Amino acid sequence: MQWETVIGLEIHVQLSTRSKIFSAAATAYGAEANRQACAVDLGLPGVLPVINAGVIKKAVKFGLAVNAEIAEHFVFARKNYFYPDLPKGYQISQLELPIVGYGQIAIRLDDGSNRIIGITRAHLEEDAGKSLHEDFHNMTGIDLNRAGTPLLEIVSEPDLRNAQEAVAYMKKIHTLVRYLGISDGNMQEGSFRCDANISIRAKGDTKLGTRAEIKNLNSFRFVEQAILHEIDRQIDILESGNKVVQETRLYDPDKNETRAMRSKEEANDYRYFPDPDLLPVELSRDDIESIRTELPELPDAKRQRFIKAFNLSEYDSSNLTISRELADYFEATVQASGGEAKLSANWIMGDLSAALNKENKDITKSPVTANALGGMIKRIKDNTISGKIAKQIFEDMWNGEGDADTIIEVRGLKQVSDSGLIEKLVDEVIAANPDQVEQFRSSPGEKQGKLIGFFVGQIMKKTQGKANPQQVNALLNKKLTAG
Amino acid sequence: MHQHTLTELSQLLQSKQLSSEEMTKTYLARAEKFNPLLNCYISLSPERALQQARAADKRIHQGNAGPLTGIPVTHKDIYCTDGLKTSCASKMLDNFIAPYNATVVEKLNDAGMVTLGKSNMDEFAMGSSNENSYYGAVLNPWDTARVPGGSSGGSACAIAARLTPVATGTDTGGSIRQPAALCGITGLKPTYGRVSRYGMIAYASSLDQGGPMAQTAEDAALLLNAMAGFDKRDSTCVELPVDDYTASLNNSIQGLKIGLPKQYFGDALDSNIGDLIHTAIKQLQQSGAIIHEIELPNTHLSIPAYYVVAPAECSSNLSRFDGVRFGYRCEDPKDLSDLYCRSRGEGFGKELKNRIMIGTYVLSAGYYDAYYLKAQKIRRLIRDDFQQAFKEVEVIIGPTSPTTAFKLGERTDDPVSMYLSDIYTVSVNLAGLPAISVPAGFVAGLPVGMQIIGNYFSESRLLNTAYQFQQKTDWHRTLPEGYN
Amino acid sequence: MSLEKTEIEKIAWLARLALDEDDIPGYARDLSNILGLVEQMNTIKTNDIEPLAHPMEIKARLRPDEVTETDQREKFQNIAPHVDNGHYLVPRVIE
Repeated sequence: MQWETVIGLEIHVQLSTRSKIFSAAATAYGAEANRQACAVDLGLPGVLPVINAGVIKKAVKFGLAVNAEIAEHFVFARKNYFYPDLPKGYQISQLELPIVGYGQIAIRLDDGSNRIIGITRAHLEEDAGKSLHEDFHNMTGIDLNRAGTPLLEIVSEPDLRNAQEAVAYMKKIHTLVRYLGISDGNMQEGSFRCDANISIRAKGDTKLGTRAEIKNLNSFRFVEQAILHEIDRQIDILESGNKVVQETRLYDPDKNETRAMRSKEEANDYRYFPDPDLLPVELSRDDIESIRTELPELPDAKRQRFIKAFNLSEYDSSNLTISRELADYFEATVQASGGEAKLSANWIMGDLSAALNKENKDITKSPVTANALGGMIKRIKDNTISGKIAKQIFEDMWNGEGDADTIIEVRGLKQVSDSGLIEKLVDEVIAANPDQVEQFRSSPGEKQGKLIGFFVGQIMKKTQGKANPQQVNALLNKKLTAG
Repeated sequence: MHQHTLTELSQLLQSKQLSSEEMTKTYLARAEKFNPLLNCYISLSPERALQQARAADKRIHQGNAGPLTGIPVTHKDIYCTDGLKTSCASKMLDNFIAPYNATVVEKLNDAGMVTLGKSNMDEFAMGSSNENSYYGAVLNPWDTARVPGGSSGGSACAIAARLTPVATGTDTGGSIRQPAALCGITGLKPTYGRVSRYGMIAYASSLDQGGPMAQTAEDAALLLNAMAGFDKRDSTCVELPVDDYTASLNNSIQGLKIGLPKQYFGDALDSNIGDLIHTAIKQLQQSGAIIHEIELPNTHLSIPAYYVVAPAECSSNLSRFDGVRFGYRCEDPKDLSDLYCRSRGEGFGKELKNRIMIGTYVLSAGYYDAYYLKAQKIRRLIRDDFQQAFKEVEVIIGPTSPTTAFKLGERTDDPVSMYLSDIYTVSVNLAGLPAISVPAGFVAGLPVGMQIIGNYFSESRLLNTAYQFQQKTDWHRTLPEGYN
Repeated sequence: MSLEKTEIEKIAWLARLALDEDDIPGYARDLSNILGLVEQMNTIKTNDIEPLAHPMEIKARLRPDEVTETDQREKFQNIAPHVDNGHYLVPRVIE
């Protein structure tokens, strides 16, 4: 039988506000346990929630970026269940009337094709605290610093058909929220995580199969592996004539497998109802339009613009617009280089990327600024230095030895382009190596290309690599063939 | 001294005939003397009180005192008081020392008031007789075989016995007005959103409202002046300027259109109470008020709707009491479920469990529409009835309670009979309106309350009407015997 | 509406309330009576009526995104039943 996989993702994006969604406690990551849990976050008797305007604005930005309907009237509801990391015994969330309605986003697959993925809705809710199971003598320790951190839960339609599409979709949302400046997207810190709903059906069926939900996937790799594993597991079940059970599962990256969760097994009855401590939020068309004017250029638009404005390939443009910071760096480099887009792209995706990767640095932490890189590229273009010398200069700039012009000056790396001097050197090398000259001249044309390298090498040796390679080549060709 | 109203005590302080410290000591001594009998206090805070009294005296001497500076007050034990036990009359919070002040407490502290202690109440404000308290029932000073009403029964009792000049209360379905009526004092439930709910431990969030309890309308006005107002910590608190509620007390009620709802004078009402209310209405007519008969046709649905909405909200509001971060925790829980179930099962009393379970049931899958949504629709009908009535009249008058104070134990076995005590009060909470109960006479030696209901934010007019009534009557100045 | 023992047990579990076995019939009776009272709502039709969640239909006021709360862990944990090293402790949770 031919099987088809159906995947829907629920992505939880932590919104990067200073304070929590319903309290004025800080959201900063990494504080000592419970030092950022105020009376409201702890659910002390008598406390009340007040909605953070910054959270609403960030959610609206997301909605606008995926062309979704933004609710002009929405409410918060309580989702009731008992769990130690949920201090009030209910989570303030949204059920009916979420802030962001149906929207769409295009993902790009490896074969270059595009697919439109539907976004069912995105709603706001508060995050829970953390349970720590080690270090407490067979008890569980509860840290409520994270309780009340704003989350935007983005629910996709069951439009994804394989792990690769799911990862492409997740990466697209990740890029988008960082462009919008609504989340830092930090996956290690849990700012961006997802639950995957996976089901299998016979190819051609229109009815969905029974799904399993895999909770709390916090890296692109885990999403891919968990989905691949879960597809195999479900197909095995179906092919052996059994039925998939609807349940919540956890992915174990160490064993690369999913297993059913023990704690939340029982059928929950969340008893949602509108939170009586909060009134409905109303946004006017004007409020929404005013937020729209604050939207930055979005990744797809930027990619298209780079292709047109800088004459870049689709591939280069996609890579350079992967994050807003990288795209900004690229544009600044091009400007500093005097408009050398292709060279700038090559340097950024080549030497710079490699150096950053090696030291595990983000583009915003690059020791070589866009200005410095552009300045160096300018010197390649105006023939002050060769591409080979540039690699050395780049390394020096990386190590903090100043900008390109300073390094060229101090090290005397300026390219030798004096045609009289180059001609003199060419004549010397030809005179000193009669055997090689003879070999060159007796070889067929297609082999001469290789042999000329010897002469170029000799001249570079004499000039410590500074001779203008184009000039050297041209003169050698002329003189060797003329004889 | 204890017979004085807040207004009179304030004059004594301002004219320096008496210090706040002396006044505070007198009231503390009275509370200590009579509390063993009446059980209206859960805790007294003499040290804090004397400290505040001395600070108030200093303020008075420095000349920057307000009308409430140095006046003793009693807080219902539902208001969080920083550093003082705040129990909600529950075993669940018997060990709870509040780590912050409710906004109302903060405001009254800022006004220079002196906290005598915390008054007894029905556990988590659920009850109409004050018999649902972990600390035992409060007795009615007019007849100690009877209940003082609830849930703010401790506050009402303490004022009636003159153990405190004024007190705070909260009203979710009549919890200020009904005990005020049964104890012969004045109690005002403000418009929903007029007084901050921050730090007032929630029973039913969309119905709860804090308010003043006092001997007279004038005292209630003074206290409300300090309690009311915007609070950025409460999303449901309205951002509207606060009247000076004393400013219009002396206004004439000539031409005031009063509505008498037919539904408030039906079979459920003790006819003696009905007679007293009619007498009171005649007195208002003599002051120039005009009487209209009106209809509030959905009144009979208010108790059914209330007992869906309030338990639903309470079932969720009380989930935070789980034995993890504060409050009662059972001994040696064997696992997490055991911790939750036993801490809550042992920490909450029977009536709470009834309401939590009703609330859980009406919100659960398959029942939500039939119960919760239906109740919210009826809520709209009830609100619309009032709005219709307020097109014709300015205030609505009727009895506060269908009976006078009933005997202890009389209704404890049957929650439904207890719930019917609130038949005239709950619709006001469902609609979010302000209403005041004022003493209107006695039936067989027991006080009767008259309820005056107004439209949103008409507290000034209600207090004005009540004050004018009290100018013509002295029911509010009558003391129970044995508390001199 | 009359509630059975099993229903009471189900509701009590959802609400995490331990009930004494002996008390269950009493709760069943009380809850059934209360539901009987509540069901008087069904004497009228409400199909065309919008539910009312709050007495005054006003909109929420939003708070500026500012941090104003300070660390009060010691004060808050003084009243906690069981803490260790800044954490609230509960019997071990298995996920």
